[in-house]
Amino acid sequence: MTETRVISIREALNEALDEALRTDPTVFLLGEDLADPAAGVNAVTRGLATKYGADRVMNTPISEAAIIGAAVGAAIEGYKPVAEIMIMDFIGIAMDQIVNHAAKVRYMSGGRTTSPITVRTAVFAGTGSGGTHSQSLEAWFMHVPGMKVVYPSNPADAKGLLLSAIFDPDPVLVIEASRLYGVKGEVPVGDGHRVPIGKAVVAKPGKDLTIVTYGQATALALQAAERLGEEGVDAEVIDLRTLLPLDMDTVLESVGRTRRAVIAHTATTVAGPGAEIAAQISAKLFGILDGPVQRVGARFTPIPARASESAVTLSVDGIVDAARTTMGAMRV
Amino acid sequence: MSASEDSTSGKTPELGTDVLRELWRSMTREEALDTRILKGIKRGELATVIWPSRGQEAVSAAIGQVLRPDDRLITTYRGLHDHVAKGVPLTEIIGEVMGTAVGASRGKGGTMHIADPDHGVLLTTGIVGSGVPIAVGVALAAVKSGSDRVTAVTFGDGATNTGSFHEGVNLAATWQLPVVFICQNNLYAEMTPVEDTMAIEHVADRAKGVGMPGVTVDGNDPVAMVLALTEAVDRARSGGGPTLIEAVTFRFEGHYAGDSAPYIPAQQLAHQRELDPIITFPRYLLAHGFTQVELDEISAESVEAVEEALKTVLAAPLPDMEEIRSDVYADGLVVTHD
Repeated sequence: MTETRVISIREALNEALDEALRTDPTVFLLGEDLADPAAGVNAVTRGLATKYGADRVMNTPISEAAIIGAAVGAAIEGYKPVAEIMIMDFIGIAMDQIVNHAAKVRYMSGGRTTSPITVRTAVFAGTGSGGTHSQSLEAWFMHVPGMKVVYPSNPADAKGLLLSAIFDPDPVLVIEASRLYGVKGEVPVGDGHRVPIGKAVVAKPGKDLTIVTYGQATALALQAAERLGEEGVDAEVIDLRTLLPLDMDTVLESVGRTRRAVIAHTATTVAGPGAEIAAQISAKLFGILDGPVQRVGARFTPIPARASESAVTLSVDGIVDAARTTMGAMRV
Repeated sequence: MSASEDSTSGKTPELGTDVLRELWRSMTREEALDTRILKGIKRGELATVIWPSRGQEAVSAAIGQVLRPDDRLITTYRGLHDHVAKGVPLTEIIGEVMGTAVGASRGKGGTMHIADPDHGVLLTTGIVGSGVPIAVGVALAAVKSGSDRVTAVTFGDGATNTGSFHEGVNLAATWQLPVVFICQNNLYAEMTPVEDTMAIEHVADRAKGVGMPGVTVDGNDPVAMVLALTEAVDRARSGGGPTLIEAVTFRFEGHYAGDSAPYIPAQQLAHQRELDPIITFPRYLLAHGFTQVELDEISAESVEAVEEALKTVLAAPLPDMEEIRSDVYADGLVVTHD
């Protein structure tokens, strides 16, 4: 049995970076404020510059396009750069580099050049930072052939997915949630822990309803499942862990059993990841569904200032309501 | 005063005979490629698109002469001359222009995205300015691996107005990386003259703002270009950091094949015709020991080489669906739910 210990997501991510830097000389980190003693707003890189030096943990100017561009160039030459975009809202500045270059150089060169970069970024939703520092923008990247997108919900997945991303031959966007950095959980001790990219996991089994979720919404979905349990509804919760490629096999297997589905995420409901998942469920399981597939996410407004933020973002109540709607439809 | 004007009166050329010959060979190949494809498009023979660089041959030829085979080059959608100069085989270039299976990217890249790492061409970008930060990363990799390889990146005057350019040159200067930034200033950003988009006269002045040397060179003069590039490449290779070179040249055709360029004033066009490197460089060569027969022979070989390559390309198939769907991900992963 694997020995584990309880650490936070921030510590798990730090351990992953530490392992990658220690075991592979082609790995290096770059981004804003990464080096000690500041170690960044997110503090995920704390201690690593001291341990590995300024050449392996590289502080950059506030230049998101250059951070990702430099990562792409180094990756083409065989390095495994891990670039940090401090807050996900800033990723727009680097969008060209990620979408037009990192994701496509393999294809457009017929495999002659490749760009297996890792981009770490943090969703600051829930920090009260307002419209330009709180967005969940994962759907942007799910449109891009050539990308992979992962969004861990717990410390073991955070470590295992980040390590898989760094050593993956394709560009991977790793989305972290600032609200989850302090969340603790069991993580295997020692090197070699990996979580496969593209595989969802059943976070809680159930038989009446499937809640499909990922990232920071997973905890809310599990709370919703508990509340539903009190109402006599046994909900299964699937943590996707990877958004691109989507593990629809696991989703369809589950919904095929429960016959009802709710998709919950912190991104906006409109054109959010749930739209794609709901469409696929409907297309493939239409004949056996006992209720309409429900999507629940953030309302379609910019994120308001601190006091009102919770009024528009995903809540346990919202997930429970969506579940009741699809359960109620069955009885009609 | 350009180097070739400077030396027409003298007896000894600044560069050896072999270098001069290769410059002419490269320039004539570039011109033949551009001209032939453009002609094919205009008369309906070739269904494709290029962004012509007719007139800019001297800049590319000089880059090809100064860079080592293992030096890296990042270029742009107006980069066919750069590809030729760096040694990418004509069949692979034209094959990609036509999107056929014999192209450098097996027909999946197109004119805007030709890569040939065997000849150091790592990337051609279709997004204005975006190659600059990538070149910085390529140069960073050279430093990290202890190589003395130099990375050159070419772009137009329009690119120097993008955030990518400014972010990239600043990072390269801050980290003192072995990059040579080469602005092919052809006086038009797409369809807009350079004076409408910049308050400064010389792109090279942008170097001052980030703390690197910047130099403006007559981009129609291959000798001047070789000398300036040699200095910049030597500086980069010896650890002296990046340089911004502004090569002032001209684009005789429109932004893309089919753009008749009504925005280029007749007077400017007439003036630039007199500076066309394909016209002026032979005068220099003739003054430095070459014969007209030899120059014509090289020129004819270039036209022939382009015709041969085009023939091969036109006989080649398009990539099949299996090819079209490969190289999206490394392991052949296909997201099958589409």
